[in-house]
Amino acid sequence: MKINDLPDVRGHFGPYGGIFVAETLMAALEELREEYDKARKDPEFKAEFEYELKHYVGRPSPVYHAKRLSEQYGGAQIYLKREDLNHTGAHKINNTIGQALLARRMGKKRVIAETGAGQHGVASATVAARYGMECVVYMGEEDVQRQAPNVFRMKLLGATVVPVSSGSKTLKDALNEAMRDWVTNVESTFYILGTAAGPHPYPMLVRDFQCVIGNEAIKQMKELAGRQPDCVVACVGGGSNAIGIFHPYLKHPDVKLIGVEAGGSGVESGKHAAPLSAGTPGVLHGFRSYLMQDENGQIIETHSVSAGLDYPGVGPEHAWLKDAHKAEYVAINDEEALAAFHDLCRFEGIIPALESSHALAHAKKIAPTMKKDQIILVNLSGRGDKDINTVAKISGIQL
Amino acid sequence: MSRIAATFEKLKSEGKKALIPFITAGDPGKGYTLPLMHALVDAGADIIELGVPFSDPMADGPVIQRASERALANKVGLKDVLVMVAEFRKANSTTPVVLMGYANPVERMGYEAFSIAAKDAGVDGVLTVDIPPEEAGGVADVFKAHGLDPIFLLSPTTPESRVEEVVRAAGGFVYYVSLKGVTGAANLDTEEVARKIAMIRRHCALPVGVGFGIRDAQTAEAIARIADAVVVGSRIVNEIETAPESEVVNRVKYLVETLRRGVDAATK
Repeated sequence: MKINDLPDVRGHFGPYGGIFVAETLMAALEELREEYDKARKDPEFKAEFEYELKHYVGRPSPVYHAKRLSEQYGGAQIYLKREDLNHTGAHKINNTIGQALLARRMGKKRVIAETGAGQHGVASATVAARYGMECVVYMGEEDVQRQAPNVFRMKLLGATVVPVSSGSKTLKDALNEAMRDWVTNVESTFYILGTAAGPHPYPMLVRDFQCVIGNEAIKQMKELAGRQPDCVVACVGGGSNAIGIFHPYLKHPDVKLIGVEAGGSGVESGKHAAPLSAGTPGVLHGFRSYLMQDENGQIIETHSVSAGLDYPGVGPEHAWLKDAHKAEYVAINDEEALAAFHDLCRFEGIIPALESSHALAHAKKIAPTMKKDQIILVNLSGRGDKDINTVAKISGIQL
Repeated sequence: MSRIAATFEKLKSEGKKALIPFITAGDPGKGYTLPLMHALVDAGADIIELGVPFSDPMADGPVIQRASERALANKVGLKDVLVMVAEFRKANSTTPVVLMGYANPVERMGYEAFSIAAKDAGVDGVLTVDIPPEEAGGVADVFKAHGLDPIFLLSPTTPESRVEEVVRAAGGFVYYVSLKGVTGAANLDTEEVARKIAMIRRHCALPVGVGFGIRDAQTAEAIARIADAVVVGSRIVNEIETAPESEVVNRVKYLVETLRRGVDAATK
């Protein structure tokens, strides 16, 4: 089977993906699948999505040759796909615009979302304000504390933020709670899922909306460097920015794809968020993929300095790409990510998100092993303004 | 004949309806489950639904979520649940036990290995909330091949066109979720439930159980008038949560006796 044919009609990427939800949601997912099927064949939908990306988000986002950083690392040339320059500061908005347009087509006036660090919550609140919809964002109680500025941003944008106190009080519990809301209000409500995970058709439609990243990059690399990169590196939490840049590059089999998971305190410590590197397949949040779980099939707590990567599962397409050896997945620990964060600040004048810093850290590792005329393209998925409190705290600085 | 089929047959011949109480295994502590199961039977339970604790119970409301959290804090996993059922079977060989839980613990054990172990322990039916028939294809067949009834849910949002497909995969009985929402939700509309059950019966020869929103003798009676079985979960779990530990078994027994009277009042 060709990769571009995946997923199958029931959302399977090989053994991964699928629809693992309670019966109450089956009809809603079927409705969403049918509507998306119509929308993606509708030139008007496509045109409006593209218009919004251009005029509201500010796309295309540039590709930038980070010459000083490349020189510093001493090897391959590092290029950055600047998703950090999008409106709201990350790639997340590509997806929320697509889903909000779908919600509007379906006549849903209320949208809900889950969020960890708050980036997807902010992107959802943003589009809800833009299209005049009611917005409720579920956020783990712990994350509400850790990410106070984003909570305030969402409120400024008119959203209601609901702290979730069940389970580990983080992203996965926020996702559980969003699903519960959806089950209860399924007729009036559209669930804007933030990553390329969840039950079918979410992994597919989030990927499709995020593919603008890779499609642009392929064009831009040709213009800027006269060729495609030797490898593309992206961080992987749920995996939406990574699949957005990887998927279009699957047509270029010479380009090596590397997904970077959160290694936390180190994969060997057990305190990490790297299911592809050190997890096992299972079923959570409506789909089958690699998970962080114990021997009884209970989901275990994840650890990462980056809230956006702090998730025990990973999008099903990545699980498939890993097994099919079409992409490689590695882990970068907190310390390495932080060092790369500071490097980009100092050498390029760009404050990267801690999530994206994981991808930068891997580029730092492999660049010296490559020749000077080789190219690494890093997906700089978001900007780091949201992370300055975290970084200050780690550095022992009181802001 | 399976224990579940035999139970419904016997009730039918007696002109009665089934009462199916739910408890989460390991809640409030490991040692409570066995006495609670026997108390449920003494109080008039026809089938026991035993919840398998899971870290991420997406389809459950706060009451059953907390039960799951208490059970996990007591380190109760799927293997322990099977041991509890085997213990229960030593003293009770007639009351069917249905395990209710989520896919991942079963997936982790392996569907085949789980089926063998569950049958061996004396489990009769399995309801994995997040495995709909579309994904269950193979899974439901594995359960059936080992003599386990795959129990499936039908909901207010299930279109008529889908009912047959769900019923085809099902065994034992089908479980109609009377409300949109998670377990523990309120506001039961019995007339609407009656209409849905009539529709389901056009496509389904299996007994139809109804759960969600049944809280007392009155609601139990109202549902028993229209369904073959009445499932009560959150109300019982709430009793377990609020009772002093020394009172848990008695309070649950008293509550289930009340529910039993409600169910029986429907067929008097």
